[in-house]
Amino acid sequence: MTVETLPTRAAEDWRYADVEALKALWPIAAPELVTVPAGGSFSRTILQTGGGVTRLSLVLESKATAVVHILNAGGPYARVEVDVLLHEGADFTLGGAQLAGEGETVEIVTTVTHAQPNATSRQLVRSVAAARGVASYLGKVKVERGADGTDGEQSVRAMLLDRTATANARPELEIYADSVKCAHGCAVGELDANGLFYLASRGVPPAQAKALMLSAFVAEAFDGAEEGDNLQAHAQALLEKALLEGKA
Amino acid sequence: MLTITDLHASVADKPILKGLSLTINPGEIHAIMGPNGAGKSTLGYTLGGRPGYEVTGGSATLDGADLLELEPHERAAAGLFLGFQYPVEIPGVSFVQFLRESANAQRKSRGEEPLSGAEFLKLAREKAALLKMDMEMLKRPVNVGFSGGEKKRAEMVQMGILDPKLAILDETDSGLDIDALRICGEGINAIMRKPEKSVLLITHYQRLLDYVKPDFVHVLAGGRIVKSGGPELALTLEERGYEAVEGAGA
Ligand SMILES: Nc1ncnc2c1ncn2[C@@H]1O[C@H](COP(=O)(O)OP(=O)(O)O)[C@@H](O)[C@H]1O
Ligand SMILES: [Mg+2]
Repeated sequence: MTVETLPTRAAEDWRYADVEALKALWPIAAPELVTVPAGGSFSRTILQTGGGVTRLSLVLESKATAVVHILNAGGPYARVEVDVLLHEGADFTLGGAQLAGEGETVEIVTTVTHAQPNATSRQLVRSVAAARGVASYLGKVKVERGADGTDGEQSVRAMLLDRTATANARPELEIYADSVKCAHGCAVGELDANGLFYLASRGVPPAQAKALMLSAFVAEAFDGAEEGDNLQAHAQALLEKALLEGKA
Repeated sequence: MLTITDLHASVADKPILKGLSLTINPGEIHAIMGPNGAGKSTLGYTLGGRPGYEVTGGSATLDGADLLELEPHERAAAGLFLGFQYPVEIPGVSFVQFLRESANAQRKSRGEEPLSGAEFLKLAREKAALLKMDMEMLKRPVNVGFSGGEKKRAEMVQMGILDPKLAILDETDSGLDIDALRICGEGINAIMRKPEKSVLLITHYQRLLDYVKPDFVHVLAGGRIVKSGGPELALTLEERGYEAVEGAGA
């Protein structure tokens, strides 16, 4: 999908976007196209911490594998789009974390199409929104006719640090095949007050306690990532900064 | 050490502590017993500063400092340790990381140098050994997947590492088998039985008191201390129940 004209929020994929902020980034580049040949493997780390739009489009030929890890943050608008087309027996894994602070809109938008049988996909997204930040995940999984034996999984969780923060999660399934296993879980919550008091009772100040719990929360997205430590270090720094600045 | 005077506290606008007074001197071990719902845990949480536990009257000082004015983490740095009746699970955060941050946050607020990774691990290993806890368990996420007894032993390891002046231990003995009870009891003695430290044990049973001999025993009922005595009071309660104590009927 190439965006030629500035989208509006009427478009499904842009419903939570900050179109005003997008204007400043316009025009945005067409998606980077990558074809992973049969049996091949691909991995990519997208570290976008100062806002912007990053778009990636993958075609996985039969039995190819791809792993994408994302850290998406910064303002006023930060968007990562990943489109994936899976051929027979291909395997796709995505782990994404994002953080929205005051005045920031961040989003991860994925479309995974199981075009042929027995492909697998796993997507795990962890979002944190503070102050008046907005963090959204739009994740579509399409299973085309004949793509039997599909196994698709989405785990989507968001953490709100303030009453004024917003998290949107739209996992979507479109299934036209038989014997398909698709699961999605989606939850928006707040930091566990019992956990925070437990940490405080041991002497950890509130901002540090929140940073510790949030950093564990986003760490799930970087499980097994090649650059996991680097991503985690960036995420931790962003979380601490947001919390210590009293943004959260 | 700890002076509580006419303390009143409410939870969800419901008065729970109704004029509780208690003084604990350095070197003393006190036990609080009382029927379910008497307010024992509420006392611990109120002194620890748990959100939702609102002080409506009275005072509590730790070595002269107004405990009730301090934030929960400042109370810890001032030397208070709260052993939880139900220790909290924190997924994704390891005990080692949690305890090192705890210890160093306390040291920082007291103007002391932080412990290096090596210094901390040495200390943690020593305290884990004292409680016969495998060091590997401390590399796991805080309390996640721990049995009830393991959680209580981990609480005592934390107490050993944090080295508080005053420990309030809320039903540390519940959920422990005979061996774990002895290990925890000996751990409490090793860590806290010192002339400059004090302990407030909250318990239902005499059995912990066989290991950790209290100097004073109090009965808490209806939000107040209704009777105080020596160790023999715990034996009387064990034999005759709270009904035998004036004003303490469940
Ligand atoms: N979070 C809470 N919300 C409402 N009531 C509570 C809460 N916590 C405790 N209580 C009430 O306070 C009273 C004392 O409870 P607690 O301090 O836990 O007693 P104990 O530890 O002596 O068994 C009980 O009546 C209990 O129902
Ligand atoms: Mg209790």
